[in-house]
Amino acid sequence: MNVVLAVVIGGLYATGLYMMMRRSIVKLIIGLALLSHAANLLIFTAGGLTRARPPLIPEGANVPPAPFADPLPQALILTAIVISFGVLAFALVLIHRAYGTVGTDDLDEMKATDT
Amino acid sequence: MRVLLVLPILIPLSTAAVSLVFWRRRSVQRWMGMAGTSGLLAASVWLFEAVRREGIQATQVGNWSAPFGITFVADLFSAIMVVLTGLMGLAVAVYSLGSVDRRRESFGYYPLLQILLMGVCGAFLTGDLFNLYVWFEVMLISSFVLLALGGERGQLEGAIKYVTLNLLSSAVFLAAVGLLYGLAGTLNMADLAIKLRAVEQTGLVTTLAMMFLITFGVKAAVFPLFFWLPASYHTPPFAVSAIFAGLLTKVGVYALIRVFTLLFVVDVGYTHTLILVIAGLTMITGVLGAVAQNEFRRVLSFQVISSVGFMVMGLALFTPLALAGSVFYMLQDIVVKTNLFLVSGVAHRLCGTSELKEQGGLYATYPAFALLFLIPALSLAGIPPLSGFFAKLALVQAGLAAQSYMIVFVALAVSLLTLLSMTKIWNEAFWKPQPPESLPAATQTAMRAAAVSKRKGLGTLIVPIAILAALTVCISLAAGPVFALATVAAEQLLDPAGYIRAVEGGMTQ
Repeated sequence: MNVVLAVVIGGLYATGLYMMMRRSIVKLIIGLALLSHAANLLIFTAGGLTRARPPLIPEGANVPPAPFADPLPQALILTAIVISFGVLAFALVLIHRAYGTVGTDDLDEMKATDT
Repeated sequence: MRVLLVLPILIPLSTAAVSLVFWRRRSVQRWMGMAGTSGLLAASVWLFEAVRREGIQATQVGNWSAPFGITFVADLFSAIMVVLTGLMGLAVAVYSLGSVDRRRESFGYYPLLQILLMGVCGAFLTGDLFNLYVWFEVMLISSFVLLALGGERGQLEGAIKYVTLNLLSSAVFLAAVGLLYGLAGTLNMADLAIKLRAVEQTGLVTTLAMMFLITFGVKAAVFPLFFWLPASYHTPPFAVSAIFAGLLTKVGVYALIRVFTLLFVVDVGYTHTLILVIAGLTMITGVLGAVAQNEFRRVLSFQVISSVGFMVMGLALFTPLALAGSVFYMLQDIVVKTNLFLVSGVAHRLCGTSELKEQGGLYATYPAFALLFLIPALSLAGIPPLSGFFAKLALVQAGLAAQSYMIVFVALAVSLLTLLSMTKIWNEAFWKPQPPESLPAATQTAMRAAAVSKRKGLGTLIVPIAILAALTVCISLAAGPVFALATVAAEQLLDPAGYIRAVEGGMTQ
């Protein structure tokens, strides 16, 4: 399972970075979305995978029985998903406005502020 | 739970919330902006006094004991930074009254400024790496909107670069946090400080250190990750540029200093040498960019990068004197940089342009204003007896003591070039006569008409500039006591035991 997820995460990072290096701003945003998915899956995997062992404490015990899934990474991911949703929504509006104002979706044309 | 530590977050948050209720009433929002930043300043001074008297303060939100709950910590370094955030917030809020246009005001400029300040204070005060990520995002999202608000072409193009590179850095941050949690099983910084010292795979820790170096390096705008900064900082209104230049990169530097003194000190020989090289290159590229530019704010943008090099240099040398130099450099540079950007706004209003070639004659018409520019500009260049001199003196002494002669040479050469770029602004904007013949006739008529309205509202622009210039002079005159404060802050940074004890004080073990 770890290997499968590692390959998936690597694939997501590679695809995301490739999309970001294209010239279209729409692909830039798709790339950013893929990157945040990759980061979320990475947290999930790095936190340790324990299948089918929910962290439930049986009656009469103080701690759940030994190998149990760590709920914290999932809480972190949930927060990160919400944040990346908000940021992506903003980024979409931004590229829409930029497309309307500059009149192109080509990043290479957007160099009025460079020197 | 001590309310003292969360006040610098609660005050801007509630101010923003109340301002949003008065969405259609600009005058209420303007007053709320002033009141909120004044309250923030008062709360931050209170916090600073408490930290100075009683040592490091920590609190656990909701009394969840330390490694599990949300921790806020204020050591002297954070407290100083929070005070400066309050000061800059107030100065920029006053400056905004006379400089931000009606359209931006009615689209929530003042609440956004409050949210930005909340994010900055949160980043300075949090004691948990994941919360640091969240505060960074709060800060970034509000800065995105402040940058793009107004929707001018330059703003939108600048915003796309700013947003992309900062989101990329956030993705790296998130990945690094996830891997660190996998390695250490905690994200509380005090707890991490203990656990990372016991980790056997130091290679893995150093790899994570590099990821954090990249992510905070983007936020701090160090070489070679700074490209978003000069592409975007000259596009928004001057008040926004000023608060960005004053605070945002410094939050990155603060985070670098925090993690590379508290967490990643297992392989100092490798990590801090790398940081030293980065510091040198950041100074050089920043100042060369500044010398090459011909627009007021672009020169200043590159100077922001160059100064970050100095602050990081103190971290890289990693001695008590060097870190004290870094802290002192940061605290005086925040004042100086904010002030220079505010000055550029007034110069723009008086000349009708920010292109240095088309500006001129400011010294002849407004000699007092010219003096207000000279104080921060000479301080930035490190001319004695101004505050920048003492900061650079400490860093150079620390470099000599550590026998890093190369970085000392670079720092001195860069200071000289900084003086050159400041002299260029002085010559072009202030000293040389105004070049009227270079302008088309229509612009001249428009400018003559504008000259009448120029002075209108100029008071609200000059007052914060004068106060910040006076503050620079005060820091310069009181360099001894202020440096003593920075030394204590550096000692706290270099002795993580105190930080850990303060956080664990709330732990029930």
